[in-house]
Amino acid sequence: MNQWGRDLALGVRFAFAGGREGWTRALLTAVGVGLGVALLLLTTAIPNALAARDDRSNARTDITYGSATAPKADDTLLVADADTRFRGEDVRGRTLEPEGPRAPLPPGVSEFPAAGEMVVSPALKRLLESDGGRLLRERLPDRIVGTIGDSGLVGSADLTFYRGGEGLERYVDGSQVTRIDRFGDPNPYREKTDPVLILLILVVFVALLMPVAVFIAAAVRFGGERRDRRLAALRLVGSDGRMTRRIAAGEALAGALLGLVFGTVFFLIGRQIAGSVELFRFSVFPHDLNPSPALALLVAVAVPAAAVLVTLLALRGVVIEPLGVVRTAKPARRRLWWRLLLPLAGLAMLYPMIRQGNDDGDFNQYLVIGGVMLLLVGVTALLPWVVETVVARLGGGGIAWQLAVRRLQLSSGTAARLVNGVAVAVAGAIALQMLFAGVEDDYTKDTGYDVTKAQMQVTVGGGVEVDGAAERLRRTEGVRRVVAHSEGWLGDKRLDPAKSAAVTVGDCTALRELADLRSCRDGDVFAVRGAEYDTDTPQLAVPGKTLYLDPGYEGSAPGREVAWKVPAEIREVDSRKDLSGMERGGFLLTPKALPEAAAPAMVGRAYIGLDPSVSDAREQVRNTAAALGPLMYASDWSATEQSDRYASIRTGLFVGAVCVLVLIGASLLVSQLEQLRDRKKLLSALVAFGTRRRTLSLSVLWQTAIPITLGLLLASTVGLTLGAVLLRMTATPVRVDWGSLLSMTGAAAGVVLAVTLLSLPPLLRLMRPDGLRTE
Amino acid sequence: MSIGHTLLGLLESGPRHGYDLKRAFDEKFGHDRPLHYGQVYSTMSRLLKNGLVEVDGIEPGGGPERKRYAITDAGVTDVQRWLATPEKPEPYLQSTLYTKVVLALLTRRDAADILDTQRAEHLRMMRILTDRKRKGDLADQLICDHALFHLEADLRWLELTAARLDKLAEVVVK
Amino acid sequence: MTPPPGALLAAEELRKAYGPTVALDGADFSVHPGEVVAVMGPSGSGKSTLLHCLAGIVPPDSGSITYAGRELATMSDAERSQLRRSEFGFVFQFGQLVPELTCVENVALPLRLNGTSRKEAERTALSWMERLEVDDLRKKRPGEVSGGQGQRVAVARALVTSPRVVFADEPTGALDSLNGERVMELLTEAARATNAAVVLVTHEARVAAYSDREIVVRDGRSRDMERIV
Repeated sequence: MNQWGRDLALGVRFAFAGGREGWTRALLTAVGVGLGVALLLLTTAIPNALAARDDRSNARTDITYGSATAPKADDTLLVADADTRFRGEDVRGRTLEPEGPRAPLPPGVSEFPAAGEMVVSPALKRLLESDGGRLLRERLPDRIVGTIGDSGLVGSADLTFYRGGEGLERYVDGSQVTRIDRFGDPNPYREKTDPVLILLILVVFVALLMPVAVFIAAAVRFGGERRDRRLAALRLVGSDGRMTRRIAAGEALAGALLGLVFGTVFFLIGRQIAGSVELFRFSVFPHDLNPSPALALLVAVAVPAAAVLVTLLALRGVVIEPLGVVRTAKPARRRLWWRLLLPLAGLAMLYPMIRQGNDDGDFNQYLVIGGVMLLLVGVTALLPWVVETVVARLGGGGIAWQLAVRRLQLSSGTAARLVNGVAVAVAGAIALQMLFAGVEDDYTKDTGYDVTKAQMQVTVGGGVEVDGAAERLRRTEGVRRVVAHSEGWLGDKRLDPAKSAAVTVGDCTALRELADLRSCRDGDVFAVRGAEYDTDTPQLAVPGKTLYLDPGYEGSAPGREVAWKVPAEIREVDSRKDLSGMERGGFLLTPKALPEAAAPAMVGRAYIGLDPSVSDAREQVRNTAAALGPLMYASDWSATEQSDRYASIRTGLFVGAVCVLVLIGASLLVSQLEQLRDRKKLLSALVAFGTRRRTLSLSVLWQTAIPITLGLLLASTVGLTLGAVLLRMTATPVRVDWGSLLSMTGAAAGVVLAVTLLSLPPLLRLMRPDGLRTE
Repeated sequence: MSIGHTLLGLLESGPRHGYDLKRAFDEKFGHDRPLHYGQVYSTMSRLLKNGLVEVDGIEPGGGPERKRYAITDAGVTDVQRWLATPEKPEPYLQSTLYTKVVLALLTRRDAADILDTQRAEHLRMMRILTDRKRKGDLADQLICDHALFHLEADLRWLELTAARLDKLAEVVVK
Repeated sequence: MTPPPGALLAAEELRKAYGPTVALDGADFSVHPGEVVAVMGPSGSGKSTLLHCLAGIVPPDSGSITYAGRELATMSDAERSQLRRSEFGFVFQFGQLVPELTCVENVALPLRLNGTSRKEAERTALSWMERLEVDDLRKKRPGEVSGGQGQRVAVARALVTSPRVVFADEPTGALDSLNGERVMELLTEAARATNAAVVLVTHEARVAAYSDREIVVRDGRSRDMERIV
């Protein structure tokens, strides 16, 4: 045991001995392992970060649609939704009006802002104070009296404000304006997570972590050939085979341990950086990124253990003799069968779950993880065989090609090892992209809006008069066209009507947008026929029948319940598609036909067509709306709308894929440089007898490009297979997403090109004749 | 080189005539200097007198070269003893070159020049030997190599001395 | 000092420093077609630097180098590379063979760099390997042959383009004397047969003995011994 300790310690010493070169090598390994560890820690921290975000998001929930509003008391608070958007960014806003001294404060806020004042999040404050935020500042002119603390924000880039308000009580409706006695949702809504979403999350994690593992394995072998020579020297002075193995293990351990330290530092740095960036509308606070202790411990134990294991495995095929290193002749030709077995086993594990993704289906998480991992590990097992087999058959071509091919033939394993990480990452990413593209339809709703005519909608609320608002909007810069009317409901009873229909009030011009009117005068009433999903209108539109505008419903805010008799001269008209692309049903009333008392029950809406040449038209419209009153609400129309959860997973994939590709690029570069350094003398000799720099550069490119091409082909095949299987599992028609296939392989090819370009300056430096000076 | 022992050694493989002995000697060892008949005759008569050879027969016609000689037991013993005795290594302690260098230093002449000139001369000789070596047979090669190695040793000494001339000057001129 | 008439490659007053280290301090040199010139001198005297300058690998700080009447300094880097590819051949002490290529491919390399087709280049390479008695190694890789064999392959490679000047920097440095002499014999014989000049850097007198003439470099300065004698 003592001997063991001594050998390991000797190895640790060797890892850092050897002057500048030794340090460089140890540092490279440590940086490589460190990057991997940092990524692992980040991954283990993500669930915690998401949970923390969720908790804070829940804690500040105020408007819970549907639940009855609390009665007015000295501990209640009126909250009005003042959300807005600014250049595509969502801004969360609330107008607050405390009704007593004990009114609850929102999290992160220490004092209620008075009317005309507001407290804002740091990110919003920065935006408002910047030049680019001038338009938004016009919309939110209130005096900034403080900032919202972290506990009241979901993430560091959260754009949030609370402003003081007055006279909100009149508008309490449980949705836009509500009365609460506490923040936070007492029983937060937990959806049963969709099995397909779980599948996606699992595959994302496996696909991202596999290349990291491959990468760590490659990192501990940096400088392997030099280490072998050093071990041979140790044998010469009398250490036996087992001792050298232990010393090698000690070296690997030293690199891995230093890597852990580096990784922790990288992680801490990355955590700070993560707090200051927002990727795909997703930001976190540095203090949210806390890996769970158990997972962190696992990383701390598994990484050094893996490093030692990989080193010992690598030494298996090497006999270290006192006078040199003997690679056990030519390692036996790689066998195909067991390499094929891995992906096949993976497929076999996934097979039973085909078509399990239906609504009630469930996936066995272990089988999914196991199957996906085996398929991806299969890539790393198959690739060396593929590279060896293909490269052995390559020939012909120019001198650069010949140099590259010959080198690959001699050491196809090294080449394959370098490319493995890229291949696994690409295979996983292709499968995921396919899966995403396939299920996208399920999670992306077609909103049905016809965005060719109108691109925005402004809901006129808070007692603002519709026509006046429409006029103001018409005069706003960038607005081409405004169609405005009021909308509401009527029913056959005062309370809980059995039959109900929509009521639209507007002048004849506005109503002509909704139905084919042959003639129209103020005071006319129309019943629309033939609209989609409207069966009640024909039964309600009976002349003389008494109906009730804004009927009440049990358990929610009372309606105005204004009685209205269907006039004898009601005319039936045909519906037409309105600006939003829908066919509207119900009753159409000209303003005079509406009873005075019912007017407040109507919600005004303005549909706005924009001038596409005015870039900030949308912001101008929002500013006009905000100036009209605090309860105006402007929203954008887009042709499709994505499920939020889907978007966040896709976000995760993109962020992860970028990190992994950069990481692998770094490792490729490091190995490339090391290889070049080892050949310094040869490169100088080649230049001496007149080899063109171009030839050598090209041969370096080929040397990376050939295995990468093979790796990408294999990765595409495995990725497409895995994608197809996953799609079958989710019961989605299998469709190859060529765009993402090309973009993923393109991105990987880009990484290779970048690595080659980055290794060119050192290559050119090495080709200088100084390398010939050996004395 | 002991010609007597060499001739005795040649007789060990069987009796030979005088002219036979000369031819065998010239062939194997006499590349630079062939033996004279007189030298063979005088050597053989000395060996005969000492009982190391005996006359095995005489061809008709007379003359010393017609005698056939055979080695005696005493002769075999003598050859054996000669081969087993190591040659005394040459100590080369008396070097003219060293003397020249020191004198040059003492008289403030250019000692490096002397060394360079000597080196050129040595190399000239080495070139001649090398050339002969490439044209000659194995025996030539071995003999030339022997000489070349000696010359090389001299050259090394020249290099070393050249590198230490400054120090030598200090010591000598003091 | 003007270059001797008829010199193929001549250098005058070469100076070269690597940082504070002065490698050459006014060295002269000349070699005629078919002549074997040994560059001798103790380690660190600037022998190799002289060779690198003469071959156009390293530009000197000052001084002139003329090859066949052309001043090397006026040539572009590409032109000098072209010159090295077609007119010069190189043999170094070790580490010059591309370990991945077979021996015949290594020998054919300079021809291929000049644009000769693979087949033809390898045919010419093989004939040179025969001449240097290593044609049986054609399918072997440098790692699988002995040091002496590898050096012969390197000599074959240096001669394969029928260069007008062969630069040999301690070509036998890593070999025992038997192998070393054989390599020298084959190199000088082949060079004489093709009337190529050889610039031979060595510190071994026995290797230098294969030359026609020697130049001694000491402290960055050269002495042409023939003119002294």
